[in-house]
Amino acid sequence: MSAREEILGRLRGKLGHSDAPNASNPALDHIQEHHKNLIPKRGDLDKAQRVDLFVQEATRVNATVVRVATLEDVPDQVSAYLREHQLPAKIKIAPHESLKSLNWQAKTSLMVDEGRGAGDDGVSVSVAYGGVAETGTLVMSSGPQSPTSLNFLPLDHIVVLQAADIAGDYETVWERIRNKAGPGKLPRTVNWITGPSRTADIEQTLLLGAHGPQRLHILIVDQPGG
Amino acid sequence: MQPTTPNFKQNARDAIANDPLQAALGKLAVGFPMRRLEAAARLPEFENLRDQARDIKTHVLENLDYYLEAYEQKVVESGGHVHWCRDAEEARETILEICQKAGAKTVTKSKSMISEEIAVNKYLEENGIEPVETDLGEYIIQLRKEPPSHIIAPAIHLSKEQVAETFRNAHIDLAADRDLDEPRSLLEEARAKLREKFLGADVGLTGANMLIAETGTNVLVTNEGNADLTNNLPRVHVVIASIEKIVPTLEDASTILRVLARSATGQDISVYTTFCTGPRRPEDLDGPEEYHVVLLDNGRSEMIGSEFHEMLRCIRCGACLNHCPIYKSVGGHAYGWVYSGPMGAVLIPNLIGMEEAQHLPNASTLCGKCESVCPMRIPLPKMLRKWRERQFRAHTGAPSARWALRGWAWLAKRPGLYRWAMNVGVAVLGQFGGRGRFRSLPLASGWTSKRDLAAPAGDTFINQFHKGARGDQSGALMRKKVH
Repeated sequence: MSAREEILGRLRGKLGHSDAPNASNPALDHIQEHHKNLIPKRGDLDKAQRVDLFVQEATRVNATVVRVATLEDVPDQVSAYLREHQLPAKIKIAPHESLKSLNWQAKTSLMVDEGRGAGDDGVSVSVAYGGVAETGTLVMSSGPQSPTSLNFLPLDHIVVLQAADIAGDYETVWERIRNKAGPGKLPRTVNWITGPSRTADIEQTLLLGAHGPQRLHILIVDQPGG
Repeated sequence: MQPTTPNFKQNARDAIANDPLQAALGKLAVGFPMRRLEAAARLPEFENLRDQARDIKTHVLENLDYYLEAYEQKVVESGGHVHWCRDAEEARETILEICQKAGAKTVTKSKSMISEEIAVNKYLEENGIEPVETDLGEYIIQLRKEPPSHIIAPAIHLSKEQVAETFRNAHIDLAADRDLDEPRSLLEEARAKLREKFLGADVGLTGANMLIAETGTNVLVTNEGNADLTNNLPRVHVVIASIEKIVPTLEDASTILRVLARSATGQDISVYTTFCTGPRRPEDLDGPEEYHVVLLDNGRSEMIGSEFHEMLRCIRCGACLNHCPIYKSVGGHAYGWVYSGPMGAVLIPNLIGMEEAQHLPNASTLCGKCESVCPMRIPLPKMLRKWRERQFRAHTGAPSARWALRGWAWLAKRPGLYRWAMNVGVAVLGQFGGRGRFRSLPLASGWTSKRDLAAPAGDTFINQFHKGARGDQSGALMRKKVH
């Protein structure tokens, strides 16, 4: 008997279930309902308050957040960030239409590469699929416009987030993803990112920048770009 | 690893004499419980979420066969492979085979208790493949060839000086004058070394905090980001997970995530929560080309429907360790295997047998703190008592303890005689314990050789209660007298 049949057979025996194909299947019923459990009230706010809560929670976990009026303000903000931290004027951007369309050279001379992350990338800029105000969490969804490696390899990660995409809770973002990907499907990788990388493995001392980025900088765009 | 569970008593004595360990445990005993309380206080729904998290896993375990089949189907639909394994040996062989087919020389790993359970590192090494632990704590203990001493903080027993010494021994290219005095410089050394490994690995082996049946997804929770570099960069991603990790939907996973980090580290949510589904899609720019799930039973299906069924709800947060007076005194290594604390004391005898692990269910004061903080409300003290009952029935343990228990049981079933004996005992001990405590006492040297025993200060509780009740029908006087 295969391991699969042995394990499933033992479970059926212990649980008193039949292996007949027409037996009722409470698992499939439950999955199809994707019933929402208790959602904390914390995120149940109007749009302006949701953005405020997101900023407050992301800041609490050591992310830095700047709000900009339009997408066109992003290159200036990125340059200001590089100057503030005395970083080389060189970034790797996600091949996302909203970033590719920007004029990165308008005021400053920035070296802009695009593509997946590499071991020697210092600063990356990517676009979030959404945000969750409840815990100041970014939701990144992998795809040709959003390579996952950009979220983890660089020491500095800058993320562009549309204010309109900030939800109160995780469940709202799952619904958006489910509607886009189709039932029972997900992109290869969905990352929830809440603050920069950290560890407390040595003498319980909290240190930022363990393997992922040491700094996480979020640019919230108030008006949808155009 | 070879369990040292039979040596629990000696292990515990050694642990208590180990100063760096005691310093670390002292810090843990304050920090983790305090942060958990603060996180819980920030979320008014926390207790209700614990109920719901418990109910989700209860429902899954009652339908585990259906959920496993549904999960498997989704993994296959998304282009992945599921390998069912009865035991540790099958799982090790399966992982080795996947690595060999991929032509792997190096395997990066993110922390996985199941991979400790099946001791896959040693097996890969024996077969010429280098496994590299990438969680900072796991990396340190891998270099020291030690098992983890805590589920979520595996190197908690070490001082920064011990870590520095470990790096100096292992990183032979380190300059002699390289400063490794502070945690930050130790982290930078490890980050640089491990970055090379991440970029060069052929296979990434991760555990799974949960498996989602709705989508065939594995969930990974870390603060460092190591699980992400592990699953994203190599050509092949292998997930090793035990069968009880299943949850039904994305919503159910979110509910459990709301209690996991709060219980574990006191964070509202860990820095990185990652949902991996299948291999990279044709249009993706990165991600693994192959995705495998090694689905391990290793004794779990036997626990279904048994007295230890509810243990399968465990999400490995470590809260029961952080709050256990025994764990906080002896640390994780004393327990002698990969798990420790109250959850280890219940689980280990299920996995390696009661004979081997007979001391562990007795390494508890049954104070109940573990159950009170368990996010999944697992009745750990009840299950520890179940093991003790089984041991009594199986005639293990010291004969003197068996006779004492038998004598006490005989007495306890005869209330009149019991009260008389208690009155005599209290009177005699009260008479001799003039200064309020005993420095030594016949038959109680196990206690008095290490500490004093408080002497009874007055009458038995029942006598005091009756006296109080006579004075005031409502018992109010009694309460005044006692307080």
